[in-house]
Amino acid sequence: MIKGWKDLPIGAVILEPGSSEKYHTGEWRAWRPVFEESKCVNCMICWVFCPDSCILVKEEKMVGIDYDHCKGCGICAHECPTGALEMKPEYLFREED
Amino acid sequence: MAEVKTAEIKLPPLKKLTNYPEKLAPGHRLCAGCGASIIIRQMYMVANALGYELIWANATGCVEVCTSIYPYTSWKSPWIHSAFENAAATIAGVEAAYKALKRKGKLPTDKKVKFVALGGDGGTYDIGFQSLSGALERGHDFIYVCYDNEAYMNTGIQRSSATPKYANTTTQPVGSESLGKPQHKKWMPEVAAAHGIPYVAQAAPSHWKDFMEKFKKALLTEGPSFINVFSVCPRGWRSKEEEGILVTKLAVETNYWPLFEVENGKWRITYRPKNPKPIEEFLKLQGRFKHLFKPGMESKIKELQDEVNRRWEWLNKLEQLSREV
Amino acid sequence: MRPEVIKEVTYVPYSGNMAAAEAMRQINPDVVAAYPITPQTELMQFFADFVANGLVDTEYIPVESEHSAMSACVGAAAAGARAMTATAGPGLAYMWEVLGIASGMRLPVVMTVVNRALSAPINIHGDQSDMMGARDQGWIMLFSENAEEQYDNLIQAIKIAEDERTRLPVMVGMDGFVVSHAIDRVRLLPDRAVEEFVGENKPMYSLLDVDNPVTHGAVAMTDSYMEFKRQQREAMLHAYKVIREVGEAFADVFGKKYEHIETYKTDDADYILIIIGSTAGTAKAVIDKVREKGVKVGLIKIRTFRPFPYYDVMDAIAASNCKAIGVFDRAETFGGAAGPLFGEVATAMFLRNKHYPMIDFIYGLGGRDTNVNHIEEAIDKVMKLAAGEEIPLVNYLNLRE
Repeated sequence: MIKGWKDLPIGAVILEPGSSEKYHTGEWRAWRPVFEESKCVNCMICWVFCPDSCILVKEEKMVGIDYDHCKGCGICAHECPTGALEMKPEYLFREED
Repeated sequence: MAEVKTAEIKLPPLKKLTNYPEKLAPGHRLCAGCGASIIIRQMYMVANALGYELIWANATGCVEVCTSIYPYTSWKSPWIHSAFENAAATIAGVEAAYKALKRKGKLPTDKKVKFVALGGDGGTYDIGFQSLSGALERGHDFIYVCYDNEAYMNTGIQRSSATPKYANTTTQPVGSESLGKPQHKKWMPEVAAAHGIPYVAQAAPSHWKDFMEKFKKALLTEGPSFINVFSVCPRGWRSKEEEGILVTKLAVETNYWPLFEVENGKWRITYRPKNPKPIEEFLKLQGRFKHLFKPGMESKIKELQDEVNRRWEWLNKLEQLSREV
Repeated sequence: MRPEVIKEVTYVPYSGNMAAAEAMRQINPDVVAAYPITPQTELMQFFADFVANGLVDTEYIPVESEHSAMSACVGAAAAGARAMTATAGPGLAYMWEVLGIASGMRLPVVMTVVNRALSAPINIHGDQSDMMGARDQGWIMLFSENAEEQYDNLIQAIKIAEDERTRLPVMVGMDGFVVSHAIDRVRLLPDRAVEEFVGENKPMYSLLDVDNPVTHGAVAMTDSYMEFKRQQREAMLHAYKVIREVGEAFADVFGKKYEHIETYKTDDADYILIIIGSTAGTAKAVIDKVREKGVKVGLIKIRTFRPFPYYDVMDAIAASNCKAIGVFDRAETFGGAAGPLFGEVATAMFLRNKHYPMIDFIYGLGGRDTNVNHIEEAIDKVMKLAAGEEIPLVNYLNLRE
């Protein structure tokens, strides 16, 4: 909820860096990239091409996908050289929820 | 011009680049499969590895609109948007402020910062052209990066001077009397190079190593640099979201989007496709060229191929000439 | 270290442009970005000379257009620098878009506007159409009658702009050629005194603070845009107080008081003229002359146009014997009832629910002479109006019929 005019910083300055993380673009997704770790060689090709900073990497290993923000473009799966990522219809997962 | 031994400064392998924090936060509202945010992330990968803080001025456009919807920002760096046509002038002011305040001892001296202006093709080739030219000519220490998606995508796919011939746009649509845009694309890097600035390059995020190497050079170059980066727009090009990198690769492999650089006036092609693919390979993945695949349109495709060949030949001549001069 | 050039109060024969450039030298801004345009060009030439000779520490950006001049000032101010520029007429028009950006982003840029007519037809001479056109762009607006006022106003403008309660850009206008180029006696203040008066700029949300990255110039949609506009109105309300305080502070240090308006012989006046800029000076001479004949005329000179000092104007009128008012407008409002200043004074009357007979004089457009005779002619009409004669609402001075 945006505050009233007396309490907002002047000039529409945004003081919290990276606050867009609070906005969940994952809701846009029609297709979900599903990660199969056993096929992954950690080449980081998915990571270098992800438009949404959604490939989660820890200690130089691909560990998963940020589904809160992933829009399901499918570039990661398309570019993955080993087939470790596969696009599946989102409804399969939403029904589970 | 300051001589920078860029070859001695090596970028770490891709895996190592993952060790730095993401500086472009997710949650921005660029379309799924947008090329622009891939480009920005790759720029950050270089800046992170070399220890640079980037300070941005962003022209009005897709990136600006989608990354800064109040109260959300995707930026973890200082960032300013002022208007459509003035990213270069705005960053010139920021850079001048930096120089003045640093000289007066009002800024910490231990930080490596670089100023980056970012604009789409509309904000660069068209409305921001004057401001860009002025800033390049005056020699401010900044990098101008154009994410070229070949039309005004933010406002709904209107033609720009970066739109290629025969592309279907909403302001020069295909119709019974029209085949889309009647003119070829402006060759912006050549215009930028004509300013005699230290570094100009053309790059594509599909060829990320090449792009990162170029962005590294621009970072290490004192004075203005201009990098024109191919930026897929699935919405505007009517291409499949997942095929963005493929389309980009094909732009390079067909020589539609040659990768080259102009370093201190020397032109150099940085990637040569072994067997350049025919232009159809690039065109056919995009709905904006759909009408060219109807019977009787062969000559139009040939015309585009001829233009690609002409430019490629011209580029090779420039490279050759650079070696000789 | 830049050398100290003026060590004590000095009187010099200076043009308005020279005085403004001198003020800029003493203010020593971090960044100046400017583009030449008649009649401002000379001002920037003087300043460029200061830069070329090491008399300022300024980063000077000789930009390729006024649009870029203001854009660079926006960038510099957002980066926490003290940024200044100067322009005139069409140059101000070309800046238009960025004017609202500077004020909307709450950046304390300070600018001299050498008031010039707008095209077409192209005309390089003085009138106030430029600033009157820009009057709703969210800038604080001051006008100077002469070179010394331009100098004093610029120095005060820095403090007004940078005050935490305002954080708004300020433009200071002087009439083209008549003030900008004519040599006048100007009292200059010592360098150090000016430096101390303007003080240090305290940047807010600097772009150069990489440890605290901020986003400037975000998109504000329907859910927040209006709140930021409301903030700007509030800042203007504060500006009214801040301008007064800075004027008082200036008087304390330098002995010359600046208020929102200047009144000249209004106390016992039957007729009041309201004027902006250099013609106020001519009017004072005319007032002295007609008073010798027993005609009691007074003058209200508007120094602050934005925020408009409605109550100051009404207080001055109420304290006189006012029977009728003549407003002088050096700009048109095509399709409006009368000129822009007339509209403001009419609003002032509405706010106090007190009405006086009032007519408007359009004068001096494109540098057209307005001399003693024309002002006498205007006074004559105001007197007739007071006597109940029917006078047109809008009257032109020195116009060929």
